[in-house]
Amino acid sequence: MGLTGLDIFKQLPKTNCGDCGVPTCLAFAMKLAQKQASLDQCPHVSEEATAALSGAAAPPIKLITVGADERKLEVGNETVLFRHEETFYHPTGIAVAVDAALPEAELSARIKAIGDVSFERVGQTLTLNAVALKGEGEAFVKAAALAAQQSAVPLILVNEDPAVMGEALKACAGKRPLIYAATAENVDAMAALSKEHNCPLAVRGSDLSSLADLSEKAQAAGAADLVLDSGAREPAAVLANETAIRRAALRKRFRPLGFPTIVFTDGADPLEETQQAATYIAKYAGIVVINNMEPWELLTLVTVRQNIYTDPQKPIQIEEGLYEIGSPDESSPVLVTTNFSLTYFTVEGDVEASRVPAWVVVVDTEGTSVLTAWAAEKFTAEIIAEKVKAFDVASKVNHRKLVIPGHVAVLSGKLEDELSQEWKIVVGPRESSGIPTFLRTSWEA
Amino acid sequence: MAFEIPVEKWTAAVSALTIGAAEADGGTRTSTVTVGGETTLPFLGFEGDTPNRPAIAMEVLDVPPPNYPEPLSAAFGDAVNDPAVWAKRCVEEFGADMVCLRLAGAHPDQENKSAEDCAQAVKSVLGAVGVPLIIWGCGQPDKDNEIMPRCSEVAAGENCLLGTATEDNYKTITAACMADGHKLITEAPIDINIQKQANILVSEMGLDLSRIVMFQATGGLGYGMEYAYSIMERTRLAALGGDRMLAMPMLSVVGPEAWKAKEARSPEEAAPEWGAAEERGVSWETTTATCFLNGGTDILVMWHPRAVALLRKTIDSLMGEEA
Repeated sequence: MGLTGLDIFKQLPKTNCGDCGVPTCLAFAMKLAQKQASLDQCPHVSEEATAALSGAAAPPIKLITVGADERKLEVGNETVLFRHEETFYHPTGIAVAVDAALPEAELSARIKAIGDVSFERVGQTLTLNAVALKGEGEAFVKAAALAAQQSAVPLILVNEDPAVMGEALKACAGKRPLIYAATAENVDAMAALSKEHNCPLAVRGSDLSSLADLSEKAQAAGAADLVLDSGAREPAAVLANETAIRRAALRKRFRPLGFPTIVFTDGADPLEETQQAATYIAKYAGIVVINNMEPWELLTLVTVRQNIYTDPQKPIQIEEGLYEIGSPDESSPVLVTTNFSLTYFTVEGDVEASRVPAWVVVVDTEGTSVLTAWAAEKFTAEIIAEKVKAFDVASKVNHRKLVIPGHVAVLSGKLEDELSQEWKIVVGPRESSGIPTFLRTSWEA
Repeated sequence: MAFEIPVEKWTAAVSALTIGAAEADGGTRTSTVTVGGETTLPFLGFEGDTPNRPAIAMEVLDVPPPNYPEPLSAAFGDAVNDPAVWAKRCVEEFGADMVCLRLAGAHPDQENKSAEDCAQAVKSVLGAVGVPLIIWGCGQPDKDNEIMPRCSEVAAGENCLLGTATEDNYKTITAACMADGHKLITEAPIDINIQKQANILVSEMGLDLSRIVMFQATGGLGYGMEYAYSIMERTRLAALGGDRMLAMPMLSVVGPEAWKAKEARSPEEAAPEWGAAEERGVSWETTTATCFLNGGTDILVMWHPRAVALLRKTIDSLMGEEA
């Protein structure tokens, strides 16, 4: 929701002096609106105009960085309410709560475990993003020091006593942890710590009005990088608040709420907690803090996040190549498909279900499905033939049969020609779901 | 500072529809299910109403399911050999709001069961449970045209939900649906325009729009969930914005899609790093469903009893009805 050229023009000197390099102020304003020029090119613009225009040019939801190293977490800077409108940019950070009162060995093991979690899905490495350390007094400060020293994973320091927080921040110097949280009781002191240590600050209200108040107070006291907690813990209330905050920031450009959010699940049961966290990932949470670390819970949540944050315009692709499903041998079938992740994984699942091991030739179609790729001429006889040769499929099998998707049966003749009649083309099922039946009943090497 | 929540001024509501007919309405159901009627995006109480809870249907097949992962076999045991027994367990033990009878055995690649066999399955399930019934064909268009009219007929007056009518194959099932007083599922593959077209085609045959439920294909978590999710969001936005041809309740087939994923179905030995198999499958299925709840779905077809229980709790919590 940028300013129009005319909105900007109203703020300019309207002298048409040309010192900016553009003949008229209006033309300069138009260039600014299209982000082809920057305001500092005008030497005569007033301070008020600069403030007004740079404020308006700032993103509606500020990008906040937690942590300092290569594992730093960036959240915010979202531009839409629905992923289909554009995309969601900065995936929800998943943090796991850790009790600072744990014995040192356990504490250390849990922090390490959080950092070590890693799943490979569709060519992406999916990890957790933060340790949310909770505790009191000296034990908290010690635990913060330990975490900062042992782990590269960003820290969220959960403690509301400014004196303790000050000590903990000294123990984490240079690590840029998220301070959690400023409340009505401690906002001035916490904001001062945020400014002094150059660390982002979470503010927690008891409702959205008090949250907006606290956000303004914290900013007035010098904390520039905020993360918002509406205080809600029940899913219905969290969903309402997360939606209201996102709408206020994007639709109303309401500055006090123009920051990413943090949400805490309240479920002790990992299955229930997973459902809460899934809702919060879908609906706008910048950071979600969970309490459990069941592997299936983590796998579920990183997958939800991967799905929701996939750019609808850029489908996830897999690398082209010759894939093995099961343990295929020289008499196993050879199937051809595209490199759209969904297409490939559907085929993979159906081949697995058939219990017939197979080779799959995956052709780079820029992440499009079979019919789309065929229509766009990215899945032609020439291209498929080239890949069959490039991947040296002939060296893997002693038969010469190539199964193509039923939807592109029309390619059969041309493909046999392209492969110098050395391969016989077998038309497979139109839908991947037909693969198990096809492989079990129709396939013969 | 008094913060005012930004509220959207929607101009229309999702249509509401009831499945199942009690005795007074010419059927034999002991309960009915009403879905739809939303005047806002999912669960946004500050903006509008979600007058009806999303409903949970449990899927029952007319043949024992092939390749059922262990947690599902363990949950249903021998019940899978008889759809009536299976359906009874779903309702009495697991609290399903509806039963979705999928006539998988009619598929020519399966047992190629006859229309009469299918109708028998419908009758036995109707006799075994009092909840409303979804009757879903085998997915092979010609075969469905053969079996669905007969299945519709033996359930006449019960106000079932029949599926599915597609852009390319809708006439037979729509005619049966209208003749026997049922509701209809229109199906389109993750395409809002084809969905709309299917709705237009069946309504041109005379089926009232208020008798349609939309099914836009379902992707399991990790396998296209986001496509279905975004199509649902777009469809719901269109409905609230006044597009009558997209203002029907939506349905998601969660169980079969979620359990297709290797993340859900792999035994623990095959993937020890993913943790306990049953919890993993239940998590995968329920979380797929939860995402669709947030996309705006109204009916969820589920498999595992624990996923059903967890989903019910999740619906409570999103409706703000936590105990």
